[in-house]
Amino acid sequence: MNLLEVKNLTKNFGGLTAVDDVSLHVADQELVALIGPNGAGKTTIFNLLTGVNTPSSGTISLKIDEKLQLLNQQPVSKIADLGLARTFQNIRLFEQMTVLDNVMVAMTSKVSENPLSEVLRLPSFYEKETQMKDKAIKLLELFDLAESVDQKASNLAYGQQRRLEIVRALATEPKLLFLDEPAAGMNPRETAELTASIKMIQEKFKIAIILIEHDMKLVMELAQRIYVLEYGRLIAEGQPKEIQNNPEVIRAYLGGDDLELF
Amino acid sequence: MKRNLREQFIWLLIAFGGWLIIDLLTFGGVINSFMLTIITMIEINVILAVSLNLILGISGQFSLGHAGFMAIGAYASAIITQSLPTIWGFFLSIIVGIVISSFIALIEGIPTLRLRGDYLAIATLGVSEIIRITINNLEITNGPKGIYNLPQFSNWSLVYIVACIVTLIIVNLIHSKTGRAILAVRDNEIAASAVGVNPTKYKVIAFTVGAAGASLAGSLYANYIQSVTPGDFTFMQSISVLIMVVLGGVGSITGSVLAAVVLGVVDTVLQNYGALRMVLYSLILIIFMLFRPAGFLGNWEFSVKRFFTKQKSSRENKS
Ligand SMILES: Nc1ncnc2c1ncn2[C@@H]1O[C@H](COP(=O)(O)OP(=O)(O)OP(=O)(O)O)[C@@H](O)[C@H]1O
Ligand SMILES: [Mg+2]
Repeated sequence: MNLLEVKNLTKNFGGLTAVDDVSLHVADQELVALIGPNGAGKTTIFNLLTGVNTPSSGTISLKIDEKLQLLNQQPVSKIADLGLARTFQNIRLFEQMTVLDNVMVAMTSKVSENPLSEVLRLPSFYEKETQMKDKAIKLLELFDLAESVDQKASNLAYGQQRRLEIVRALATEPKLLFLDEPAAGMNPRETAELTASIKMIQEKFKIAIILIEHDMKLVMELAQRIYVLEYGRLIAEGQPKEIQNNPEVIRAYLGGDDLELF
Repeated sequence: MKRNLREQFIWLLIAFGGWLIIDLLTFGGVINSFMLTIITMIEINVILAVSLNLILGISGQFSLGHAGFMAIGAYASAIITQSLPTIWGFFLSIIVGIVISSFIALIEGIPTLRLRGDYLAIATLGVSEIIRITINNLEITNGPKGIYNLPQFSNWSLVYIVACIVTLIIVNLIHSKTGRAILAVRDNEIAASAVGVNPTKYKVIAFTVGAAGASLAGSLYANYIQSVTPGDFTFMQSISVLIMVVLGGVGSITGSVLAAVVLGVVDTVLQNYGALRMVLYSLILIIFMLFRPAGFLGNWEFSVKRFFTKQKSSRENKS
């Protein structure tokens, strides 16, 4: 059984069909890339899958306890609870909060806490706080952010902010991680580091990853399977090698502005 | 963990120090009964300002309905202590007020907290006015005439202790998992929901706790001045708490406490210049909005932990 099963997903914005009858799936621990020219509807698919936008039609199901469960109509926070975590194309950190707090917030629904023990500062409060803090710092260390724990998130450098978003998403203990253009705005060295980090995530956390990315070098290196989207429609699906030689895909890209891709 | 407990202990010590100073000055005759009344009103304002700041500053929800919840607390205490004139009746009335206010805040909050900015302000103002008008027209509340000659069980000392407890509870709440979630929702609602934090839930928690604080302040107020009328809880009451929060710094609990104290003193000095006072406040508010929109302290907080680490490091530097 697949981890994620999406059937005939469609999203209309007024007259515009941003996502048009898309069916796709992701297996356990698979790393799938979603590529396509600007405005193809990639981010919209992420927004539909994570509940930020509601589908016009189609179904989204996630494997929970070996059963497929429908995610449509669930609130965003519930979907996150069920194991879908994401980063945003335009970084969305809690800017006024510290790096550590950004990560600890993401553990909110995973740690039960009695409000009385919070307010009265009972020993169990300190225990849980310390546990959460240790866990957060371990995650931050993996992404080379441990030195910045007490900094305000908005003071981090751009590349660090992108990494913090990934750490925050991992702190929710997801089964499936959505990365929306994680390498955008990064220099080649940072992109190489990121590529290594994404590999590490997949191996260490044993989770599935769906990746939107324009950097084809990164995509070809990481992806086990690729979906190609154009004007909201899937035009190809397959292994990186197949996609590279697919005439439809080459046409779609050569027709657009993304000449540098292959 | 030991350090954390010490922090709580130091706060208690500071609070006790303040109490002791007022007590000694009263004993020594420096503070007379008129001044004690002002001190008590300041303490009540601290509760009001701190609890509104939880809603306005920490949770980022523009509420103009504090007077309504205060009214509920005040009338609960007035009505119950009338027929149950003991200290236990008074405590019971506080709890009844808090329960009713929290319940109304919950019902009010779930639909309205989806609204933003101005709309939310108007909605909360509306509910507050409905509460006041209802009180104005009920028999049990004695309509517009209000209720007089209530038995008094509160004094400056009791109100002081309650104000400290409320502040401590709210500060502890802010620096906990719940508080982090509330702040995250304020900072970026979409990101908060994407990490599993339900925005409505945490807005409603902040709103409800804030409302409970207002109700508690109302109960103490009614009991201390021994009377209530609907006129005490108009829109202007909400505005005057709002002024404290804005001047002190939206999001700074330290600022709210300071502003409540400073405005309490200014209020007393200007007592005989009724109309002029409001003109002055409005002017101050405009000047702040122009030159320091973040309020006096912005969102800065006094922190025992930070204070002592600083002291320690400067001592180490010297040696
Ligand atoms: N909330 C919205 N309301 C109206 N139109 C929208 C909305 N979100 C996206 N669109 C439109 O849907 C189309 C697909 O946008 P989307 O952001 O999904 O593209 P994308 O593939 O992520 O592009 P990019 O590579 O530039 O990020 C675009 O034409 C966009 O303008
Ligand atoms: Mg996009």
